[in-house]
Amino acid sequence: MTYREANVPGFGADTMARPLTGNEAMARGVWEAGVKVAAAYPGTPSTEILESVATYPASDITAQWAVNEKVSLDVAIGAALSGVRAMSAMKHVGLNVASDSLMSQTYIGVHAGLVLIVCDDPGIHSSQNEQDTRLFARLANAPILEPSDAQEAHDFVKIAYDISEEFDTPVIVRSTTRLSHTRSSVTVGPRVEVEPKGFVGNPQKTVSIPANARRAHPKLIEREEKLKAFFAASPLTQVDEGTTTYGIVTHGTPYLYVKEVAPDAKVLKLAASYPLAEETVKAFAASVDRLLVVEELEPVIEESIKALGIPCEGKVFFPRVGELSPEIVKAGLAAAGLAEAPAEPPSYDINPVVRPPVLCAGCPHTASYMALRAVDGRVAGDIGCYTLAAVEPLRSIDTTICMGASIANAVGMAMAGTNKEPIIATIGDSTFLHSGIPPLIDAVYNKADITVIILDNKITAMTGGQHHPGTGHTLRGEKTHQVSYIDICKAAGVEWVRKVDPYDVGTLYRTIREATEYKGVSVVISERPCVLDPVRIKGQPLKVNPEGCVACQSCMNLGCPAITWSDQFYEGHRKVQIDAASCIGCTLCAQLCPSDCIQPVNA
Amino acid sequence: MTADTSLDEPAEATREASRADRPTNILIVGVGGQGVIMISKVLALLSQMHGAEVKQSEVHGMAKRGGVVFSHVRYGKKVWSPTIAKGEADVLIALEWAEGLRWLDFLRPGTGVFVSDTRKIVPPFACRNRKFGADRAYAKETPAEIVSRVGNGYVLDATGAAEDLGNTRAANTVLLGALSTTLEFPAEEWENVIDQFVPKGTQEVNREAFRYGRDWVEKARRDPAFGLSDANAYEAPVLLPGEVDVELEINETWCKGCDICVKLCPERCLALSEKHKATLKNPAACTGCRVCEWLCPDFAIRVKRTAAAEAAE
Repeated sequence: MTYREANVPGFGADTMARPLTGNEAMARGVWEAGVKVAAAYPGTPSTEILESVATYPASDITAQWAVNEKVSLDVAIGAALSGVRAMSAMKHVGLNVASDSLMSQTYIGVHAGLVLIVCDDPGIHSSQNEQDTRLFARLANAPILEPSDAQEAHDFVKIAYDISEEFDTPVIVRSTTRLSHTRSSVTVGPRVEVEPKGFVGNPQKTVSIPANARRAHPKLIEREEKLKAFFAASPLTQVDEGTTTYGIVTHGTPYLYVKEVAPDAKVLKLAASYPLAEETVKAFAASVDRLLVVEELEPVIEESIKALGIPCEGKVFFPRVGELSPEIVKAGLAAAGLAEAPAEPPSYDINPVVRPPVLCAGCPHTASYMALRAVDGRVAGDIGCYTLAAVEPLRSIDTTICMGASIANAVGMAMAGTNKEPIIATIGDSTFLHSGIPPLIDAVYNKADITVIILDNKITAMTGGQHHPGTGHTLRGEKTHQVSYIDICKAAGVEWVRKVDPYDVGTLYRTIREATEYKGVSVVISERPCVLDPVRIKGQPLKVNPEGCVACQSCMNLGCPAITWSDQFYEGHRKVQIDAASCIGCTLCAQLCPSDCIQPVNA
Repeated sequence: MTADTSLDEPAEATREASRADRPTNILIVGVGGQGVIMISKVLALLSQMHGAEVKQSEVHGMAKRGGVVFSHVRYGKKVWSPTIAKGEADVLIALEWAEGLRWLDFLRPGTGVFVSDTRKIVPPFACRNRKFGADRAYAKETPAEIVSRVGNGYVLDATGAAEDLGNTRAANTVLLGALSTTLEFPAEEWENVIDQFVPKGTQEVNREAFRYGRDWVEKARRDPAFGLSDANAYEAPVLLPGEVDVELEINETWCKGCDICVKLCPERCLALSEKHKATLKNPAACTGCRVCEWLCPDFAIRVKRTAAAEAAE
């Protein structure tokens, strides 16, 4: 067996320890726990969880992309109530979408185990905010388990199913970007089949009408007390002995940073920030002279401890914003007078060019935003790779709020009456299916004068290329019905719908212009597959004829990573050159070039 | 060529690490698509095979979109934090020159080893200042300068070497070869593990690339002049001196307000006036690039450029 085989997460029942990412480890835990139904909508850093689940046999587990996080949770709830273990995975902001279901589900309870894996993004590596899912857990009265490394991620997922069934509650397993994307050795186990319990008809439990909900709420409070006692008695709540001059309460990945910089400290590692293992915390606090709390983002543990009347110090020394690190924890301990101030290592004081992410060479979104730059409208953007067009040189997006916000934002801009520019919403194909359809119906219903551009690159690109109903393929690669955007628009009542190829710059520009001149809701579908996924597209590259280049910079306006300056000048301005290795031959630059000096390499 | 290129020099990073009885820290940096993660996986497996605990941490949300990619690998008897603190990397391995510079502060002062490709991947962001004679905003430090500043620096044209071997994508394996000289694992094990992580059919070229990198460091250790050969070949920026003053002449009689110049000005410094005539709304941003002059269908715009010195007279 080669390493590569051994490292495929779905590889058989072999229990050899192997390096897995947190996401792969959690997927393994889901499979081992005998889960039958798993659903998710992709979102960094959670995407690979369901992708890894799909590497296990379809006969063991159903793994499917949902159109959005709420749908994924609703699918999992339906499966759990039907008596099989179920999982729904999402990124932190995905839980906002799914929260409506979660808030009721905690009242209703589960039948078979139901686990939500939610990945937070402290440090905002690839998100629009850094909200703390632990606050959601407290709001929903759902227990939240917080593993610190891949082994715990694997183990906690399995334990979460037992807790879910024992206490009749959905359980959240919270990861973070650091855990999800850190690979470390994991000892895995075999899958344990769980006998399906079947659906038990009990409307008093599963129909949340006021009368039933009123009965359920006190049970929720009771359950919280039971869970506090459970976590206080459980070995999941772990005390590392050490010096008693001070003690640190911590959780999840911050535990690793604490151990790294304060190996001799007495540490209480909570497996759950909510419900708090109160008795353990009280005993721990009594055993040390001074109590500190090291937690990432919000002071959830700190406030709960203070509510018990126990003095502790947390956010006064450790930041509430951003991702923690060993350096930050050490600096916090130093501020508390418990460690020497970390010596700042000597700096080389070098500031090379910043390298923000850019749209790929040949990205079909580039042309759409190039055209929008010229239209000079008021543009409501959405979530996806195309958000990169909010910065120069394309700079043509005015707002980006969250998934699916663009169309309704545009409706509001139109109703405000303060914008004399054409009002345009741009939204990707996957995002449109996620949450763009209700606002489109709303726009037609309320007679808004807006243009919607659906950027159909035929994949969920930002998260690395996942299928969705518009691709006609399922997660496991099976063919399925392919959604037609034109049909959806027509059914919503849109009378002006036009499809256009963004590589045809002239037609694209004219089409968008015509669409903005139309009174009412117009939809332009800019259709071209992503250059990376599902297949990497590579055509005949182009080259610049340096004699012809007049350094006008028109092509540089695309922000294409294949185009840079050469060392030749025309009247004091740099001529351009094209890197043949990264150019895919989309011809956008050639179409913009006023001196016609960009040609195919072999022309 | 044989796999056994045992070296005279001790593996300095590891020797220092085992003395301190702490994890070995290796930071791998580059640009999306260069193979940072492949190097990390090779290291993770090798160290795990040698009984070490390994943690490998990366942030790759934007990796495919030409952004910065970095991966922390830590291995040793016990590893807690998945990330390496500033000033604590035993080896910094950079697949791209400016990325190496960006992370240089992570190198352990004195003993840290810096291994870097001299090749530049210039992002579009570096070509933003379009004023007369402006240079790319890339990085002013040259490899020769950096080698003299870090304790142990190996900067080589790994991409060029991989090109010569017939596969540009093997550049990361060249750097792995260089890296291998600083760690304790035997050469054959490196090659076996690399075999498992490279695409089928490229094993041979990757093996050659690995040996090239290994031999390169060996030669550089024997002959410091050789060690600077690639660094010295690094191209110095070409600059044009002087400044120009720019003046735009717009003939309002000829301008019909078609808007072409306004839409396509790279600096967005033109606008249409109330009378629907092109006007220069932001003269400070104008670089005198002449794109408006060339595109105007009515020859209504003229860009006049004079050297700043002359204008002052």
